[in-house]
Amino acid sequence: MTTIEAHAATSHQPLGPGFDVPGKETTYRETFNRTLRDELNRDPDVFIMGEDISGGFDEQGNPLDAWGGPFAATKGLVQDFGMERIRDTPISEAGFLGAAVGAALTGTRPVVDLMYFDFVAVAFDQLLSNAAKSRYMFGGQTKVPITMFARSGGGTGHAAQHSSNFYSIIAHIPGLKVVVPSDAYTVRGLLAAAIRDDDPVMVCNHKKLINTRGFVPDESYTVDIGKGRLLREGSDVTIVGMSWTSLVCKNAAEQLAQEGIDAEVVDLLSVSPLDEEVFLDSVAKTNRIVIVDEDTPRASMASEVAAVVSDKAFDYLDAPVKRITGPHTPMPYNRDLEAAFIPDEAAVVNAAKALLAV
Amino acid sequence: MDIPHGKLTWLYTTMYRIRIFEETMLEQTFKGKSMGVTHSSEGQEAGPTGVCAHLTDNDWISSTHRGHGHCIAKGLDAKRMMAEIFGKATGQCKGKGGSMHIADFSKGMLGANAIVGAGVPLAVGAALTAKYKGSDSVGVAFFGDGANGQGVLHESMNLASVWKLPVVFACENNHYAEATPVSYAVAVGDIVDRAQSYSMPGFAVDGMDVFQVYEAAGEAIARARRGEGPSLLELKTYRYRGHFHADEPHKYRTQAEEASWRARDAIRSFEKKVTEQDLMSREELARIRNDIDQEMLDAVEFAENSPMPDLDELYSDVYVSYSNPVHGLR
Repeated sequence: MTTIEAHAATSHQPLGPGFDVPGKETTYRETFNRTLRDELNRDPDVFIMGEDISGGFDEQGNPLDAWGGPFAATKGLVQDFGMERIRDTPISEAGFLGAAVGAALTGTRPVVDLMYFDFVAVAFDQLLSNAAKSRYMFGGQTKVPITMFARSGGGTGHAAQHSSNFYSIIAHIPGLKVVVPSDAYTVRGLLAAAIRDDDPVMVCNHKKLINTRGFVPDESYTVDIGKGRLLREGSDVTIVGMSWTSLVCKNAAEQLAQEGIDAEVVDLLSVSPLDEEVFLDSVAKTNRIVIVDEDTPRASMASEVAAVVSDKAFDYLDAPVKRITGPHTPMPYNRDLEAAFIPDEAAVVNAAKALLAV
Repeated sequence: MDIPHGKLTWLYTTMYRIRIFEETMLEQTFKGKSMGVTHSSEGQEAGPTGVCAHLTDNDWISSTHRGHGHCIAKGLDAKRMMAEIFGKATGQCKGKGGSMHIADFSKGMLGANAIVGAGVPLAVGAALTAKYKGSDSVGVAFFGDGANGQGVLHESMNLASVWKLPVVFACENNHYAEATPVSYAVAVGDIVDRAQSYSMPGFAVDGMDVFQVYEAAGEAIARARRGEGPSLLELKTYRYRGHFHADEPHKYRTQAEEASWRARDAIRSFEKKVTEQDLMSREELARIRNDIDQEMLDAVEFAENSPMPDLDELYSDVYVSYSNPVHGLR
């Protein structure tokens, strides 16, 4: 086990800038691209498909790489790996996700860019009925090593049909795994783990995280799927985040510290499988919990974490479980309305203080 | 006719095996031995047989809810199929799939699929694997007339055509999607005409004539193996039974219509042709039938005597999405 793998395995320990390995500060976007490149180099069965992942062709049919994928996730890959491995698709989410499942069932490891998270719904039957269920309903004869990624979340003016966060819907489905990286370090480890996993894995990239910067080790590593981590240790209240809201929680905890409140921040990293221990251990210590999720509230991951805490840590609670989510509405377009939708630091700080009656 | 004798024997054996499997399966279903719904493909035997005659275990097929015929034509074992329908541990999927999810990956059978049209892109994906890995394997997607209303079929045909994949789209037009006639639900008179919309050749075939199916499928599959891309086969056929075991088809189809299709029965027609042309003898055909009649009795006995799956199988073949109770917390 490398140093990095050891860090990932002991995920209750804080991870990130400062640990003693060679690396550099870089963006989430660059790290994502580099991880795809590493995995393409590592395993010849890995290939990528999606709309405009190179983007554009000249009159001879040669790829132009005019887009390099939505948000430039795959920029530059087609030059090095060619059109068979960087396979641009027509706009046919159900068709190409289904084809990817068929390819995965027959001996390859496709990575599928679904562009915006909302477009999962266009391909949903292939995800629910074929990707998720084949291994079980065929009695374990097959595996389905497919990785899907898409951009989730609000805050960028993409409005109602390009801003969804419904990873809870996918987490609901047995057979699928769902990861929610929160920075450059975790997206590298989780994406690599997803591509090497034999089950279908959805990687949710929040649009507001894509240009964030963070420390990334030089050597390749994986972060365990199904393991959360602590972003900050504390004793007064547990604050749980996922994807973008992990950053919100971390910032809120720093504000609370200035007011003398010592918050512990849990970053879920995976929503399925869900690491129950990481937040149950925390709430056993702090006796209070705030869960922060940008998804709409009903049947959300926030609801799920609250249910697990009520079920398994009720006796440790000194205050009601508090959920902070978006409202039960589509994502609005107007900047002020959109900002009001997304949980922010002030909401987290106020909720934590209310639980502590200060 | 230039079909080798061994292949003729295979065609007859396979069609008859499908027929008797379906009859036996239905009989056992009515006895309460199946744990769920079953869909008989009786009457449609020539389609899967004539197509799969050109395939090996290295080729892949996707299937439908009416998949027993595809399974048998692809070489699956009747014993393990019957045991799967009986829900037994010895079933093809350990009793966890049932009639609508029988699969055998060692035989290139990607599974019966209970969502209409949903299996089609899987065969396209298998063809993508073949192209990606540079093998000469092909994918065949079996689907019915009902799938013609599904978007994913059209997406799959377009993808296969633009990527020039080695795949054959085999539409078994049995003229009814559940109770709805094809004339009501499909906007074209001949489904095969849709091939030109996707720039691929279309073959319109009498799906009750295994020789016609064999010839057209041979051309389509050879074309795919040569790297010339996909084709569409329309096999016009008829299911003798209802949509599922308890369906009464005479509520929506006439007896006369059914009789006209039965008069063109694929197995009877085959027997007539090969005996008239002295390609196979009546004794030879009878011997094959006797062997298969016995094989189905054995399959039922095997399924009947097989154990139920362990209850632990509920949790196997999938990661369990929650941890065990955390020590000290309850």
